[in-house]
Amino acid sequence: MRYSGFSLIAQSLKGHAGWGPAWRDASPKSTYDVVIIGGGGHGLATAYYLASRYGVSNVAVIEKGYIGSGNAGRNTTIIRSNYLLSENIPFFESSMKLWEGLEQELNYNAMVSQRGALLLCHSDAQRDAFARRGNAMRLAGVDAEIMEVEQIRAMLPFLDYENARFPIRGGLMQWRAGTARHDAVVWGYARAADARGVDIVQNCEVTGISVENGRVVGVDTTRGQIKAKKVALAVAGNSSRVAAMAGLRLPIESHVLQAFVSEGLKPLLNCVLTFGAGHLYISQSDKGGLVFGGGIDGYNSYAQRGNLPTIEDVMEAAMGLWPALGRVRVLRHWGGIMDMSMDGSPIIDHTSVQGLYINAGWCYGGFKATPASGMCLAHLVAKDEPHPVAAAYRLDRFATGRLIDERGMGAQPNLH
Amino acid sequence: MRIACPHCGLRDLQEFTYLGDASPSRPDGLAATESAMFDYVYLRENPRGLLEELWFHNAGCRAWLAVCRDTLTHTIQSVVPANKRKKGAAA
Ligand SMILES: Cc1cc2nc3c(=O)[nH]c(=O)nc-3n(C[C@H](O)[C@H](O)[C@H](O)COP(=O)(O)OP(=O)(O)OC[C@H]3O[C@@H](n4cnc5c(N)ncnc54)[C@H](O)[C@@H]3O)c2cc1C
Ligand SMILES: [Zn+2]
Repeated sequence: MRYSGFSLIAQSLKGHAGWGPAWRDASPKSTYDVVIIGGGGHGLATAYYLASRYGVSNVAVIEKGYIGSGNAGRNTTIIRSNYLLSENIPFFESSMKLWEGLEQELNYNAMVSQRGALLLCHSDAQRDAFARRGNAMRLAGVDAEIMEVEQIRAMLPFLDYENARFPIRGGLMQWRAGTARHDAVVWGYARAADARGVDIVQNCEVTGISVENGRVVGVDTTRGQIKAKKVALAVAGNSSRVAAMAGLRLPIESHVLQAFVSEGLKPLLNCVLTFGAGHLYISQSDKGGLVFGGGIDGYNSYAQRGNLPTIEDVMEAAMGLWPALGRVRVLRHWGGIMDMSMDGSPIIDHTSVQGLYINAGWCYGGFKATPASGMCLAHLVAKDEPHPVAAAYRLDRFATGRLIDERGMGAQPNLH
Repeated sequence: MRIACPHCGLRDLQEFTYLGDASPSRPDGLAATESAMFDYVYLRENPRGLLEELWFHNAGCRAWLAVCRDTLTHTIQSVVPANKRKKGAAA
């Protein structure tokens, strides 16, 4: 069924009893051309672009829980392309362009909201660094604007501009950045992929990857064996475990990142805001809750829940930036398990096993990447060559020294 | 999460700094080939379950500790000073 204003009116006259399920909850067939492991945003987007752009529709997405139960449904929904390095800018900008047309393309309301993302700076040196980053973005055709303190004050009068330690000195704004409704992105891709013949198989955990003579031939699952000509991993947070099923070791550690949402408030914050003197990002959802988060807990974890010191750290940063938040109550908090790669950048590549492809290492930033990640993995799987905007995201870059280290932190995953 | 430091007793997580997996050991001399160094610097087992790891008690005795911890439940099995570590305790 095509969604439209007309279909909404027609359904409302029938008491909304006629809406069908948006996708089929498929049972696995015995054979597919392509099996995608992981029904998060990336896996579903890959399936959608394989079917819609590359003519490959005999595809299954195999998800151990329900789709969107991983990071896709746990993130703070920020989308932006304000990167510094030339390997990253084209990729994230291509993702931003896909976001801009996503809802029309999928016929699904993903609530993409280009409300702007402002990175605050607190020293002259940081302002210089942001000017450099803004210039790199503009050279690559991405919008960026240095904002002066007075401009920011007019927009966000409630921040602590004269904080004794971290006074606000300005900021780098990307107006085209913003937020999108994370669950709706999952559901939109699922529905559009399903409509093109993709099987979405839930409650089906991959427990093994079969390799014969160096070539992948299928996967073992809790719902039986599935044969496949090609297999693609998109299991954010569990990449090391699933890759190990094919005998691979990865330059990745799994870490927990927590996020928080406050009680609902009247409209207050009209953009995404990032504190430059600590790790804190904050936006306001359309329901009114302030959605915010900070850094990872910092130790290896698969627990999907974190500890109190990180919570205290995030709250302190919030108070330092915006003291009035002390009166606001936190409603919920949760954690998600992310792949932290050794240089802080992602991997979209083939592996040493023929027909086995990997999409991993998204660290803090994979939600914004969802459309381009799906497009690039689909391109790689269909054509056996990297998509031009993802050509740098090679698995062997750690061995060859072509690292993509935005923060210049070196091979210490918990510092990226 | 609290860590029972052998010198200071049960202390809050906030007092500790994390280095990571304790098992990689730096290849030396002629063994330090390009591929052995690559392995040491970049590749990790990243298990879901028991992991032996190095923590620094920076707000306490400032000793390095070898902690055997379950990455799925965060339960800690053992803590010993890093120089008393028996290799492969998590296996
Ligand atoms: C708290 C938090 C906040 C974040 N905020 C942002 C943000 O503001 N902006 C941003 O860009 N990014 C953000 N991220 C990162 C982003 O959420 C992830 O990088 C991205 O969602 C990862 O891709 P995915 O959606 O495909 O992952 P997931 O949704 O995690 O998908 C992976 C799927 O694989 C499944 N799976 C795992 N193992 C198996 C198996 N053996 N068999 C079958 N299925 C399996 C899992 O169940 C899961 O559903 C955040 C992450 C967290 C945790
Ligand atoms: Zn101590």
